[in-house]
Order: sequence, then structure tokens, then C-alpha cells
Amino acid sequence: MTQPILKIEGLKKHFAITAGGAFSKSKATVKAVDGIDLEIYPGQTIGLVGESGCGKTTAGRTILKLYEPTEGTITFEGRDITKLSPKEMKPLRSQMQMIFQDPFASLNPRHTVGTVIGAAFEIQGITPVGGVEAEVQRLMKRVGLNPEHINRYPHEFSGGQRQRIGVARAIALKPKLIVADEPVSALDVSIQAQVVNLLEDLQDEFNMAYIFVAHDLSVVQHISDRVIVMYLGKVMEEADKVDLFTHPRHPYTKALLSAVPVADPIKGRKRERIILQGDLPSPVNPPAGCVFNTRCWKAQDKCRTEVPQLLQIGKDASHRIACHYPED
Amino acid sequence: MTHKPFLEVKNLNVAFPTGDGLVQASNDISFTVARGETLAVVGESGSGKSVTSLAVMGLHDRKRTEISGQAILNLETGPIDVISADDEVVRKLRGKAMSMIFQDPMSALHPYYSIGNQLIEAWSLYNEGSKQDGKKRAIEMLDLVGIPDAGKRIEEYPHQFSGGMRQRVMIAMALINNPSLLIADEPTTALDVTVQSQILQLIREMQKEFNMALILITHDLGVVAEVADRVNVMYAGKIVESGGAEDIYYRPDHPYSIGLLNSIPKIGELESKRLVAIPGQPPSLINLPQGCSFRARCAFVDRVSNNLCATTAPTLDQKSTDHFSRCHLSEAELVKARTEIGGK
Amino acid sequence: MLKYLVRRISATLLVLTLVSMSVFVIFAVLPMDPAALTCGKACSPVVIEGNRHRLGLDVPVQVQYGRFVEGLFVGRQYGDGAAAFTCPAPAFGYSFNRHECVTQLVGEAFPVTLSLAIGSFILWMSFGVGLGILAARKRNHWQDRLATAFVLIGTSLPTFISGILILIFVALKFGLVNPIEMGRWVSPYEDPVGWFKTFIFPWITLALLYAATYTRFTRSNVIETSSEDYIRTARAKGLSERDILRKHTLRAALAPIITLAGLDFAGLLGGAIITEGIFNLPGLGRLSIRAVLRDYDLPTILATTILAASFVVIANLLVDIAYAYLDPRVRVA
Repeated sequence: MTQPILKIEGLKKHFAITAGGAFSKSKATVKAVDGIDLEIYPGQTIGLVGESGCGKTTAGRTILKLYEPTEGTITFEGRDITKLSPKEMKPLRSQMQMIFQDPFASLNPRHTVGTVIGAAFEIQGITPVGGVEAEVQRLMKRVGLNPEHINRYPHEFSGGQRQRIGVARAIALKPKLIVADEPVSALDVSIQAQVVNLLEDLQDEFNMAYIFVAHDLSVVQHISDRVIVMYLGKVMEEADKVDLFTHPRHPYTKALLSAVPVADPIKGRKRERIILQGDLPSPVNPPAGCVFNTRCWKAQDKCRTEVPQLLQIGKDASHRIACHYPED
Repeated sequence: MTHKPFLEVKNLNVAFPTGDGLVQASNDISFTVARGETLAVVGESGSGKSVTSLAVMGLHDRKRTEISGQAILNLETGPIDVISADDEVVRKLRGKAMSMIFQDPMSALHPYYSIGNQLIEAWSLYNEGSKQDGKKRAIEMLDLVGIPDAGKRIEEYPHQFSGGMRQRVMIAMALINNPSLLIADEPTTALDVTVQSQILQLIREMQKEFNMALILITHDLGVVAEVADRVNVMYAGKIVESGGAEDIYYRPDHPYSIGLLNSIPKIGELESKRLVAIPGQPPSLINLPQGCSFRARCAFVDRVSNNLCATTAPTLDQKSTDHFSRCHLSEAELVKARTEIGGK
Repeated sequence: MLKYLVRRISATLLVLTLVSMSVFVIFAVLPMDPAALTCGKACSPVVIEGNRHRLGLDVPVQVQYGRFVEGLFVGRQYGDGAAAFTCPAPAFGYSFNRHECVTQLVGEAFPVTLSLAIGSFILWMSFGVGLGILAARKRNHWQDRLATAFVLIGTSLPTFISGILILIFVALKFGLVNPIEMGRWVSPYEDPVGWFKTFIFPWITLALLYAATYTRFTRSNVIETSSEDYIRTARAKGLSERDILRKHTLRAALAPIITLAGLDFAGLLGGAIITEGIFNLPGLGRLSIRAVLRDYDLPTILATTILAASFVVIANLLVDIAYAYLDPRVRVA
């Protein structure tokens, strides 16, 4: 049994926010991520799914230690990295990388493509065989960009191409883990497929593990092996892909899946649609008990007072939900 | 049916002169929408889907835009062509005969005024009556769109509402004067998926309630499938396919639509087939190449004889009943094409 | 809102206290001896010591400060015995050079500065903001280019150049001011025409500089606001362009401008040193510059500094409140 690349236990990230001026402060805590466990193996893709304020982006960043965790442990290749300082983290950064959502904002407009991709080598002090420039061009070609454009600036590329630049940068040092934060959400539909295919091909080639953060359930369903559904910082359900999409047990997962519009006029309009009432509560002031209780159609008193634990459901040890009254 | 459809768009062209050349954003657009009917306009960036609707609403800056063609509203009092009519005449149609809601509800409301103020402002433009009357009507509308506690919340400011609630307020504001046409430009794109379904349901209910013609602009094929009666697929400023929703989805008649439908991952399809991506990217709208605009990305170019795709721009031809496509391929060839990509 | 006000007012008082303390400390550490400066050539150590005592400079700095604060509320007594005298509250101190209570000096100078500030303010706001709006609406047309030229000229000319140019080539050349009488203060209630004649050229001098900045600022704010989504919504509702400008665009675009204007006005209230100098106006600017450069008159310097600081700090509070009134997002519960 291979060892997991990454193991997370009880990860929490809370942000303290203060309101008010010099003479009075009102402190509040945003519990952006309030307890998540994760185990990911080489070549595996875990989809982290949820709506605004669910904490998936914060989780992705905390996993890579772009934010310092408030609680919990992160173990990378058997080594506890939770408390490592930024300096100690530096050599590990070549092994765990991130692809960002916004292809327009995530590239420095004053750096050429060559600089952006080559920065990885410079920062880690590694000189690839054949030189940095040759390697950068090789990477560009691999992600589908014309290597002759190595000296161009980001604004000279389209959104999809910029995203490819981001991918090339991330894979430059052949990382073992990539956290992809909504990598295709900002792209046109016809380009999304191109980038998704590219990510899949690269994963096959380098046996990388992906944590795929997204709100688009169709893409998550396509690319993931395992899915974790989050709501207001907490995990609602986690399961292998097929299980989750064919047999969701948590009311929120069910509602989420039913809300996704289906690109099929007959089937789509016939399907059972669960329309949730109300709005997403603010993460500053999450509901007591089960965080989903304010919108759940089967909420009982227990749901309003007692926080449900994330427990195994059914015979499958890998399918867990946090709910007092699971769906059948 | 002797009644004319409420909106008739004929050969509409919209172009922007820029320093780099003329951007032909919308090219030879013709379609109709009747009251009670929902037309979905699907396309990606640069397809011209928004530009066309802005022209119908008269929202382009005439000094910076070249618009030709017709966009006729068949009102009870007679037809008015928005493109050739006076600015003042068109202004008085906005908010009254036709309304538009936009993509980002966070920025679409004025942050300094209460929502009641903004709703009443919309109402007072076309109604004689006191502020109290306006306020009553505003509260009615807020109730209708599902804002709880409307009487109290009417005094609140936009930043005190969530994204979904703000979109509801926008809808209330757009409908407060009973328009006959509603244009919704990506109304749910900026919203979470559970809120999205609420808003779509609301828009459909409102359409029935007010018997409006509805144009829904989106890039999301799932949303289109939910609500559309008819679909216009747009690419590089032109309508490349037009037909009923089922025709477009089950019998797509254009390589672009075929490609698009095959490239999106679909919920429920769990056998991980590789997505069939359309190669390349949308063309620049300045100096469009001769011939078919989709040619560079089309998988079937070589099936057309005499290199027609490169020399002649295809016209929007009828391929089957009520189903049009801008492509040189015949219906038989298109049927074959469908099955070849992704096994549909 | 009340909590917010209380917090802000306490902060304001704190800043004022710190400013006054700082001024005291600065003067305490400076090597010059104010007592030695109070007498002329015929100075003996005895006289100096006597003055030092009368000025209250022979006690430690904290005590001096304490007496100063006390003087603000109840007035202050100087010297003892037959030569004693009081400056009534609020007493900022006593100017030995001018032989007057500082409060009196300030009281005479302030109306001059106030007149200068108010007139300039009205002039620069109406002209600057108006031109800015025009330039924004007629972007890239000749009105805009003219406005841009004006902005360039106005911001490039410092007041000591524009003031002197106006004085020499307009006012004096056409005999519009009497050089001997220039700058003589007349109250607007007694002689409005005279008052106007005294201030019109200083007003124009100051307004030129500020108007240019405000034209530029207004223009860019209006242009930026015009491209906001909510303006598009207003247009889609069917509002006329004039209503859109008036009710939607301007309200959002002018809010930060009003804030800035309030602060600029407050700054002027502390005295426009150069302009007052050129046009010979006996305002707070002239009072402070003479106290610093010519007389080394600590009490006067103290008073003008604290006064100028107070205006700015209070203006800060007022514009914040005004902004919160305009922009509901800023209001703190």
C-alpha cells in the first residue's frame, strides 16, 4: 500500500476580524475552514466542492501553507510540515504547487512568459539539463503554447493561453501535488475542455496528485476520483466519485446536485429539483448546531443544537457524512 | 396566429470603430421573440450575444457605435424600430416596454440609495402618483420576487443584501412597470449554484405572470436547456444555429454546437470519457477572415467541396423544420458529423 | 452612530492634546531662550530673569503646559503685584513683542483668514468642479482639452508666482487696488464693497491653484463613475441622461471630492502664508510667519499651530460624518 502524498487531519483556519476604531474593538472570527481531513495518493484527484464561503479556496491555500493553519496537522510524504517556517518550507515548494483561478490577475503583467515559468528554477536554484531557456520552451510546448513566444508578455495571450502559462509554471519542477483553485472557471466553455484535458494528460504523465477546488460540479465529476463537499467551513459529505454522484446521502449534496442545470432539455426539466430556501449564512455568524440547518428541509431540533460528526455511512468506509438525518 | 411577435430583429449589425480597425461585434442578426416565449442566446466571449441585446435596448453610445438594421417592438400603439427611432422615443421604452437585467448584481445597484428609493425611481418614471403609491407598488414587487419582510427591507441599502437577494431586487425593478420584453444578460453567472436555481425559477414564474417575451443570454448550456423554447447559438458575431431547444441539443446542426455539446462534462455521465475539446480559440472580430468564421476550428472543413468554407461565408439556411444553420454541410452530412464526435 | 461619534470626538481631543504637547516639547528642547529675546539692546540678566518669571518660563515644562491648558479655560495671570495683568479665557498666552494677549491677536487676524478661505472656497469649488463635470461630459472635445490646459497651468503655478503676477499685471496695472491701502481689513458688514475689493485678487490667486486640482479630480471621478454598472442600470430603467448625471453619477463621484474640499478648506483656515504676504493681508498666515521668523514669539506660535491643527482635526471629523451620510456602506453600526 503506497503512502499518501499528503495527509491532513483536523485542519482549521480561522481569521480574526476586528471592527471599530481606536477606542473600541469588536472581535469576530471567521471560521473559514473548520475541520477537514484528507488523504491523497499519487495520481489521485480529490475534488473540493462547495459554494461561496464554504472555505474550499482557503482550504486549498492552507494545505499548501500559504496560510498558516490555526489547528490540525499537515503531513507531506510522511513528514509533518504543519509548523515549518516559510524558510523551511522553501525546498518543499517545488513539490507542492498551485494553479490559480484568474488567468488575468495571477500573472505579473511586467514579466515575460519566460521569466514567469523560469522563475521556479531561479528560486529553487536548480539548473535543468540544457539550460533554463531550453527547459522553459520545452514546457511551453508541452502545455500547448508556441515556444517562440517565450519573450511575450501576458497581455499578449488569451485567457486560455494564460492559464496554460500558469500550468507550465506549476509543473516546471515536476511537483508531486498540485492544488488547482478553480482553474477553468474563468475560461470560455470551449477552452475549458482543452485545459481540463491538458491537466489530465499531465497527471497521467507525471503521476501527480491533484486537489481540484471548484464550484462547477460537472467538471468536478469529470476529473475527480474522490469528492469532498463543503459548506460554511465544514465537510458535509465525502465519498468516492461514483458513490457521491449516484447516491448522495447528505441533504446538502442532494440539493447541490439537483441544482446543477443539466444540458439536456427533456431530462433536465423532468428531474427532481430541490430548491433551497434562503441565503447562504454569513461565515462570520454561522448557525449553531449543524451549519446547514437554516436551509435544510428536514431540520429538527437536534440539528439546531448539536453539531453532527463526520461519520461513516453504509458499508463503505470511505463514504462519510455529517448529518443527523441522512437521506436514503 | 395573426399576432406579430413582440420583438422582431432584422439584419442587425453592430460595429465599433477602434484604433485597430472596425470591430464587427454583431453581424446580420435576425430573430423574433413572442410574448410568453423564451429565446436563449448562447455564445462565448466575442460571440456578440450581449452586444445585440444592448442594441435592442438602445444602450449603445450612438456616437461611438455603428448600428444598422431593425429592431422592431410591436407595441399595442403600433410598431417602433429602436434602431431608427429618436433617442428620446427609445428612452421612454426602456423600463416600460422592455427591461434588462445584468450579470453582476453586486455592482448593478447604486450603493448610496436605498433599494426602495431605486425601485420608486423606476416606478415614478412611468406612473403618476405620490411617493406613497410608488412605495406600495415597490413593496408589492419585492414580495412578488420573494424578498422576506419587504416592508422593512425596502429602506435598506444594496450592500445589506446578498447576491441572490440583490438579483431579486433587480428583477423587481425591471418588472415594476410591466414590460412586455425582458432581457436577462447572464443573470445567474455570478451566483452560487443553489441560488442560481432559485433565480431561474423566479424568472420563469415572472415570465408567466407578466406574459413577457424573454431573452436569456448565457454561456451555460445547462441553463439554456432548463429554460429555453428556442435557442440562437452565436459565434464571432453571427448566429450560427437557430432552432428549438430539443433540436439544438439532440440534433445539433452546426460543427460549433456539436463540438460545444461534446466538450462539456455532463452531470450523470460517470464513465470518464475524455472531453472532446474544440481546438484553437475564437477569432478576433477585427478583420474577420473571408469565408466561414469557424473554419479554423472546424473538424469537417475538408468535407466541403471546392474549398467553399474558405471562399464563401455560409448563410443561415434552413436544414429542417424550424431549424437553421450557418454551414455549407448538408443536413445528411451534419447528421453523420454528430455521431462521429463523441458518439452522440 | 452615537458610539461612532463619541469615539471620534474622543480621538479628536486626544490628537489636539498631543499636538499641543508636541509644540511645547519642541520649544522646550530648542536652544534659544525666549526670555532673552523679550528685551532689546538694553538687556541685563536681571531684566531677563524678571521676564522669564513673568512669562512663566522659570518652571518645568510640564507645569508650563498645565498652566497653558488651565489658561484655555479660565484665563491666565502674568507677573505679580502691580505689574500683574490677566488675559481672559481662552488664554493662549501673552505676546511680549506685541504687548498683547495672543487671543486678541488671533481674534483680529482670524476674520481676515476666514474671509480669504470662504471666498476662495466658493470660487474654486464652483469653477473647478463645474469645469471638471463639463470636461468629463465632453471628453476629448475642445472643452475637455481647454480644461486640461487649465489644469496644467493652474497646478504648475505656485501661489507666489501667480499671486505676484496677478498683483502686478492686473491689479496694479489697471489701478484696481490702491497699493498703500492694500490689505487693510474692513468688515464685510460695514463696507462690503471695500471688503470685496480687498479680497478679490487674493481669492483668484488661491482659487486658481485649487480649482485646477479639483477640475482634474472631478473629471476623472465623473468619468470613472460613468462607467459603473449601476449607471448602466439607471439608463436601462429609462432615466434621462440629465437625471442620470444629477442623481446617480454626481452623487457617487462628488462624495470623495467633498471630503477633500473640507480638508482643504480647513487647511486654509490655518492661514495662507504666501497669499497673505503678497497682498499684505493681516491674517493668521502673516501672524504665524512673523512670530516664527521675526519675533520668535512662542505663545503666538503655539496658538497659531494649535489653531491650525484644530481646524484640520475637526474638519476631518466633519467630513467623515458627511461621507458616512452620503455613503451608507461606510456607516458603522
